[in-house]
Amino acid sequence: MLDSETNSATIADPKVVCRDVSVSYSGKQALFDIDLDIGSHQVTSLIGPSGCGKSTFLRCMNRMNDVIDGCVVTGSISVDGVEILDDEIDAVQLRRRVGMVFQKPNPFPKSIYDNIAYGPRIHGLVRGKDELDEVVQTSLERAGLWEEVKDRLLQPGTGLSGGQQQRLCIARAIAVRPDVILMDEPCSALDPIATARVEELIDELKRSYSIVIVTHSMQQAARVSQRTAFFHLGIVVEVGETEQIFTNPRDERTQGYITGRYG
Amino acid sequence: MPNSDAHIVRSYSDELQNISALVAKMGGLAETILTDAMTALVKRDADLSTQAIQADKRVDNLDAEIEYQVVRMLALRQPMAVDLRSIISALKIAQSLERIADHAKNGAKRALVINQSPPMDATRGIVRLSDVAREMLRSVLDAYVNSDAEGAVKVRDRDEDLDVLYDGYFRECLTYMMEDNRNITAATHLLFIAKNIERIGDHCTNIAENVYYMQTGERLSTARPKGEDAMGLKAE
Ligand SMILES: Nc1ncnc2c1ncn2[C@@H]1O[C@H](COP(=O)(O)OP(=O)(O)O)[C@@H](O)[C@H]1O
Ligand SMILES: [Mg+2]
Repeated sequence: MLDSETNSATIADPKVVCRDVSVSYSGKQALFDIDLDIGSHQVTSLIGPSGCGKSTFLRCMNRMNDVIDGCVVTGSISVDGVEILDDEIDAVQLRRRVGMVFQKPNPFPKSIYDNIAYGPRIHGLVRGKDELDEVVQTSLERAGLWEEVKDRLLQPGTGLSGGQQQRLCIARAIAVRPDVILMDEPCSALDPIATARVEELIDELKRSYSIVIVTHSMQQAARVSQRTAFFHLGIVVEVGETEQIFTNPRDERTQGYITGRYG
Repeated sequence: MPNSDAHIVRSYSDELQNISALVAKMGGLAETILTDAMTALVKRDADLSTQAIQADKRVDNLDAEIEYQVVRMLALRQPMAVDLRSIISALKIAQSLERIADHAKNGAKRALVINQSPPMDATRGIVRLSDVAREMLRSVLDAYVNSDAEGAVKVRDRDEDLDVLYDGYFRECLTYMMEDNRNITAATHLLFIAKNIERIGDHCTNIAENVYYMQTGERLSTARPKGEDAMGLKAE
């Protein structure tokens, strides 16, 4: 639970509203009563020491924890007002609306074209080849990859450089027209230039999507996000505007973490 | 020293402490220059004046050293939160201290000129001003070293006293000039010194605001009371 004096866990006009979210793995609790809102058309970064529950929390928002044996999620998470922890919810549909990009780029072992086309095809979002071609092109364009790959769309996605693969995964995520994109340390396997391109892309994408990014780089959180939540030992210690968190954190633990002190 | 809790990377803490130590050292030097300049004036001691004038160069060197260290840390450490505030504050405080030392040095130079003329009673009046300014400087440096935001607020509040004293001293000097026009040269120099001291008070106020920001992350509100202005000239 958050201390309302020092936190702005709730915001006006949220895209995702998380309340009392707790998660345990085989009885061992990893997240404790998380309250957090995710804003529309902005980037929210989740920071905190390893093992504090950032990835666990991220996975709650598209029910990726469902596939982990022994993982129990309680509480309430709504996306555009619809409760997603409900058993009735179709997780496959949910994951179309709440996409995910992982730490290690994981293109399918297929062509660049098919990597992008796969989602729109299985979700029946397009009619005919022309429309599919167009979705592939616009998705690659939006991911800033089109110019680099337009002449080799039929070559395997795995043949691209690491940075290109990650942008391919982002293009794949946006091809199904999601509302929310979750990114779990998307740049940790990339060099600085590839990282800068992905950050530029994130900045671009926030106009159309709500983005939540887990990052180990505080500079990255500071550069790309508008709101930052600091996780520690399974709770949200502090959440606020990124600028406030990095210039004037209210909580000692936040300060200790972001300045690199013993906490 | 501000925020000396250890960083995981120890050399980072060492560098932060080093910057604070440089600022404290610079402040101590500025204070000495002010004291020496005033003593030189009152005791008519040309050697002390010269000493104060020369010491100003060391202040300038420290200012350059602090700026170098700050730029280096911003580039290499990417400081955050209280560290970022401390580093930026150190840079700004160093600038204020450089100005303070410059004003004090100017007083030492004028003391050399004034002391060519016969002694004047007006010289003593200036000690009251410089005592307040020096007290402000000392307190604000203490507040910096002890990370004492409350202490910084108190220093800022004293600036008003200095402005009032300055206005009074202005009138006093005019009286001396009107009494005997042979006093005009020395009294004019004294007025400039008084103005310099009044400026030193303003810089101490700026430092106090920086200490407060460094400590709290909040800006001290800029509205502060100004005294009545008998001469129709604002002591700004
Ligand atoms: N699949 C899993 N099975 C069991 N425990 C897990 C699993 N994933 C995470 N955990 C545990 O949950 C806690 C939070 O982990 P995680 O969400 O990965 O943290 P973070 O992403 O902040 O590093 C840790 O104690 C971790 O060991
Ligand atoms: Mg993780």
